[in-house]
Amino acid sequence: MTADNDVPPIVEMRGITIRFPGVLALDGVDFTLRPGEVHSLMGENGAGKSTLIKALTGVYSIDSGTIVVGGERRAFATAADAQEAGISTVYQEVNLCENLTVGENVMLGHEPRVGGVIDWRATHEAATHHLDSLGLRIDPRSRLSSHSIAIQQLVAISRAMVLESKVLVLDEPTSSLDRGEVERLFDVIRGLRDKGVAILFVSHFLEQVYEISDRITVLRNGALVGEHPIAELPRDALVTKMIGRELDDLATLSSSAHRDIDRTGTPVVKASGLGKRGILEPADLEVYPGEVVGLAGLLGSGRTELVRLLYGADRADEGSMEIHGQHAKVHSPRHAIDHRIAFSSENRREEGLVPDLTVAENIVLGMQARQGWVRRLGKAESDAVVHGWIEALGVRPANPHALVGNLSGGNQQKVLLARWLATAPELLVLDEPTRGIDVGAKADIQRKVSELSADGLAVVFISSELEEVLRLAQRIAVMRDRRKIGELESADVDIDGLIDYIANEGEGSAA
Amino acid sequence: MTATMTRSEGRSEKRTGASVSVQGFFTRHSALMPTFAALAILLLLFAGAEAFLRGDFITPRNISALLLDNAYLLILAVGMTFVIVTGGIDLSVGSVMAFTGILGAKLLAEGMPVAIAIPVILAGGAVIGLIIGVLVQYFNVQPFIASLAGLFLARGLAFVVSLSSIKVEEPAILWLQSTRFSVGGWYITPTGIIALLAVAVAAFVMHLTRMGRTVYAIGGSESSARLMGLKVARTKVMVYVISGFCAGLAGLVLTAYSGAGYPRNGIGTELDAIAAVVIGGTLLTGGRGYVIGSMIGVFVYGTIKTIITFMGAEQSWMQIIVGALLLLFIVVQRAIVARSEGRG
Repeated sequence: MTADNDVPPIVEMRGITIRFPGVLALDGVDFTLRPGEVHSLMGENGAGKSTLIKALTGVYSIDSGTIVVGGERRAFATAADAQEAGISTVYQEVNLCENLTVGENVMLGHEPRVGGVIDWRATHEAATHHLDSLGLRIDPRSRLSSHSIAIQQLVAISRAMVLESKVLVLDEPTSSLDRGEVERLFDVIRGLRDKGVAILFVSHFLEQVYEISDRITVLRNGALVGEHPIAELPRDALVTKMIGRELDDLATLSSSAHRDIDRTGTPVVKASGLGKRGILEPADLEVYPGEVVGLAGLLGSGRTELVRLLYGADRADEGSMEIHGQHAKVHSPRHAIDHRIAFSSENRREEGLVPDLTVAENIVLGMQARQGWVRRLGKAESDAVVHGWIEALGVRPANPHALVGNLSGGNQQKVLLARWLATAPELLVLDEPTRGIDVGAKADIQRKVSELSADGLAVVFISSELEEVLRLAQRIAVMRDRRKIGELESADVDIDGLIDYIANEGEGSAA
Repeated sequence: MTATMTRSEGRSEKRTGASVSVQGFFTRHSALMPTFAALAILLLLFAGAEAFLRGDFITPRNISALLLDNAYLLILAVGMTFVIVTGGIDLSVGSVMAFTGILGAKLLAEGMPVAIAIPVILAGGAVIGLIIGVLVQYFNVQPFIASLAGLFLARGLAFVVSLSSIKVEEPAILWLQSTRFSVGGWYITPTGIIALLAVAVAAFVMHLTRMGRTVYAIGGSESSARLMGLKVARTKVMVYVISGFCAGLAGLVLTAYSGAGYPRNGIGTELDAIAAVVIGGTLLTGGRGYVIGSMIGVFVYGTIKTIITFMGAEQSWMQIIVGALLLLFIVVQRAIVARSEGRG
């Protein structure tokens, strides 16, 4: 609230454009940061937030546009250059050295010296002073790794203070903190803001953004959507600006959403109070045979985290799971496969497919894993399965010997889906199966999911496209800030209702 | 909702509380543990050998000889410690030592004054280190591969200089070995003093200069070090230059020790140096380790060698025992790393 438009800006970025091979990462973006304000940069994944920050901090060089810092036109070549100009960055991953002490991490590269020899006493005194100024009373001689991530995050900020930064960039600093720790960080941020430091804040947590920010800049697909004072931008308007509204060619796809589901029997999977500290607050989820449950929420809201716990990719530290009414321990993907749970990851390139193997080999991998490596699948058997799925999903080219790495994103996604479906799962978890793929492939995948669920397959479906979730899912679990905030029957809401729910619901209960 | 909050706060409270007490003490000194373990093993070896040989082992003569016989290895281990703390490896040092040794012997034999020959030897080692460092830093070559190239290059150069050994007649070089400053039965040669000086200078650089701290920071997390604005590129090249320089110095000391340069010297010695560094408690993954530890590692190595010679046993036992010790230490280090990761 201390910022107003009369103060000359400390950072002015104009018309910033950055191209990566084949991608326009930033397209003429303007960004202004004033002393004494907390300015949030908002946007979905791929909107260009990180790229803009990296342009400012000298990690990326810009293709066109101007950056003015403190009235001077600058082009930083390295992170060290940006630091010298008074711009410090604290990243999501704590970028300190765990093998060194707290004090050393604070002072590294700036240790007081006497004739080139480090004066350790003075170094630790200076570190204590800087830690104190953030209210951190910890021994500078203690090892960094002996402290929690939250403390480490604050130590990283103390380091920024040593440089007497005029601009502090906080890139998702809260993603691994719990509420108490976030409060502590916010107190520090407010203190710095009141001293006139300009703070650029990035977070996926809407609540936190509204709690701390004075101003918001929204990016979408590498372009500027707008800059708004926080008071003039209600949450639902922000969410709409972030997500955008794509006209959907898929509206013609017959809707499976309003099929009635028999929820009197035992659910395929029932999770009770499943959670992990710092990752996800305990959540319940039930999925019945033939049902598609959508998970809606912004990126980073805990959607992926929840399904990773379901699948055992991450290990839950509280809660329990039942599969077909039987208590089950799912502590690794291996267990999940044994329980016939299939999980198609959002990082299909990194966690899903093997690009150097053929379509057929990729499809057979999942079946082979289920069968055990010793008993080889017969050629006739695997050929039949491969051809069946290529046909059913319309993989193009329909050539089982094509290398997966050469297929388009949509067709890779189909191969990944085929691989999991070939294992005959009873619960299929799809994390962003349609992101970044063309409309035709999207329609194929949606149609197949809809058909399979009508045949009794239980599906958990994650997508950032709310239309898609509404169309496919009978029931929608809404996530926000690493918490499940409620469930909706998709027959009862439309897209505006859903956006409103994501943005505003459950405010009272949030501390 | 409120219940969850209090619970998680309670938990973080407990964690902070515990880290101040016993665990805090342990973590603060955990990096030193492998070095203490190496020291314990050294003392154990001494005690065992003393008991076995009925008081013939711990004599001033034997202990003095330990430093004299292993001076070249100690110098190599000092340079290697810098490289390994950054998370790299330098396989070239054995060959570089042979190359600089034979080069020095040849230059002196051809009448070059010793005051020029010695700087040439040292610079030769440093230049090979520079090449490896530049390959690693600017051409993104794995340290293993870059220094393997250095190994072959230096060995080839050694044979180019001479195919057979060259005797050194230069009195100044022989003086390094033959002079004995003695007190009672104890003695130390100039080569021993050079080795101890190398340890002292290296320990000073590692702990009291910004460059030394950057070496540790790179070993902890190279990307963090870069984002902190430290001089990562320069430092990474520098550690290979230091290692190469030390190999050159070791070549000088070895030539003095054996009174001749020989192109087949030091085959496999790089592995002895790495073994000594690891036994001394330096983590192969980088970020933790002490030059003093490497010195203890060299003494452990040298003591095992002496004991085996005393017992008249097969030299192959040397390799078996060193192998077993290495295995033990790597397991201990993994346990320490796993412990600190588990806590983080």
